[in-house]
Amino acid sequence: MKLSLGKWLLPAYSALALLFLMIPIGYTFVYSFNDSLKSNITWQGFTLDKWRGVCNVQNGAVCQAFGNSLFIGVVATVIATTFGTMIAIAIVRYRFKFRSQTSLLLFLPMATPEVVLGAGLAAQFLSVGVPKDMLTIILAHTMFCISFVVVTVKARVASLDPALEEAGRDLYGSAAQVFARITFPLLLPGILAAALLSFALSFDDFIITNFNSGAVSTFPKYIYISAARGIPAEANVLASAVFIIAIIVVVTVQVAGAAKARRLARLS
Amino acid sequence: MAFAAFSSTAPPPTTAPPPTTAPSTDPAARRRSPVALFLLLPGILYLVLFFLTPLVSLLLTSFQAPREFGDIGQYDYAFRWQNYVEVVTTYWPHIVRSFSYALAATFFALLISYPLAYFIGVKARKWPLLQSLMLVLVIAPFFISFLLRTLAWKQLFSDESFVVQTLKALSLMAPEAHVTGTAFSVIFGLTYNFIPFMTLPLYTTLERLDVRYLEAGSDLYASPFHVFRKVTIPLSMPGIVAGTLLTFIPAAGDYINASRDFLGGTGTQMMGNVIETNFLVLQNFPAAAALSIILMTVILVIVSIYVKRSGTEELL
Repeated sequence: MKLSLGKWLLPAYSALALLFLMIPIGYTFVYSFNDSLKSNITWQGFTLDKWRGVCNVQNGAVCQAFGNSLFIGVVATVIATTFGTMIAIAIVRYRFKFRSQTSLLLFLPMATPEVVLGAGLAAQFLSVGVPKDMLTIILAHTMFCISFVVVTVKARVASLDPALEEAGRDLYGSAAQVFARITFPLLLPGILAAALLSFALSFDDFIITNFNSGAVSTFPKYIYISAARGIPAEANVLASAVFIIAIIVVVTVQVAGAAKARRLARLS
Repeated sequence: MAFAAFSSTAPPPTTAPPPTTAPSTDPAARRRSPVALFLLLPGILYLVLFFLTPLVSLLLTSFQAPREFGDIGQYDYAFRWQNYVEVVTTYWPHIVRSFSYALAATFFALLISYPLAYFIGVKARKWPLLQSLMLVLVIAPFFISFLLRTLAWKQLFSDESFVVQTLKALSLMAPEAHVTGTAFSVIFGLTYNFIPFMTLPLYTTLERLDVRYLEAGSDLYASPFHVFRKVTIPLSMPGIVAGTLLTFIPAAGDYINASRDFLGGTGTQMMGNVIETNFLVLQNFPAAAALSIILMTVILVIVSIYVKRSGTEELL
């Protein structure tokens, strides 16, 4: 009896803990079908209307904010992933002065609370006299994404066998060819993971955005402002759609990765 | 600094590269080349411009004095150190609250996450599919808006909600009591929101835990509790340090959970809330800056002491 209890306790606990994590996700999803008017608090009945006409509410304010978030996320991700990947390669492959200072500079943004990052940038924009708009949001998001890209890509660069690139050079490949044909394709999974992480961080960021956005709305900012007077179910629709797409992407990557590992295992 | 402690957590585990057998480049093999400068310069310059200078800006702002005969929100550079005295005397309850709420949330998140991470990382090894499914579920909250997640709890805890009505009907809660707006709901929200940040680094270290050490412990007649305390915990220390830092730091600076429109009330405001109000509403930039500098300094001091004491310095 005691044995079976010990055997089942941990799995049962883990299932409950995961269920607990899912509660707000389920709530958000279910309430995207709520036939509510302005605020989406009490259940009024099932409808698909909110999914069909997401952009109809408030002259499309939700969709406008959502579009801004997508745009900001993509631009910040492209810049941060480029800069971060370059730094990651330099850190693993090259010797340079001020190495520990560089590491510290990359670590600090991750150890600084967002409210400090946001207020700091806002103070700087204020003293220089830069008006807050889309550009200041992109500048802010790129900043906090770089460090996360570096740590993600660094692991991939470290696991890359330098002999492969040497072989390329031995076969008279130019530096550019070696990078384009060998280094980059091998780093690609790490770079993609970093880009996904960076996009997710930017897309869901509220605190830093709030300090540096001026009148520009983003999806999280829209929710924050509407929270006082009630959030339309359309916001739940968009959030649920993003969730479903993200889960599909993650599961696809997992399945593809597992299939590749199996193929490699069969080859060796 | 604790760079390595964070590195284990940053890649989302589902998309992280598989641990390949290729040798990692050892420091001796690193080359000195002008290419390094070209690779480093854009990103480093960017961080100097948009991370380091803003911090200096913040420090300078924190000493600013109001302009004589100026409008609200107009300040001049000065050395008005009294700003710090003023914010501490005015906002000390918020400062204490920030760090105690963050500490409580970190504690509960660790308590909830450790068994979960242990199951995924150690017990579920035999079933790789289950393992990856569970990991997807752990990071699933990241894919839905942080604010909507928090609002979902607010609605589930509202006075008209099923949960609260049931508790009141069963007389487990006083009829006039509320859940939202209390310290409980703020700490609950912080705990919930940061559980994935705790679970992931714990999972990464526990996943690599060699179970033979545990078997050796029991072979030497240690009780399961003793094995856990003397073997499992020390071996998973890097994960514990990374997880607690990843929870504590953002929790201490958070102002969404404690906001009145979310899970908080007037009596639960944290440092983040007063920084936001002072900066964006009252336009009292020096006060907001001084509070930010205090928050950052306290966090950096706590982090460095903690990392030293927990014996994970080799991670730095």
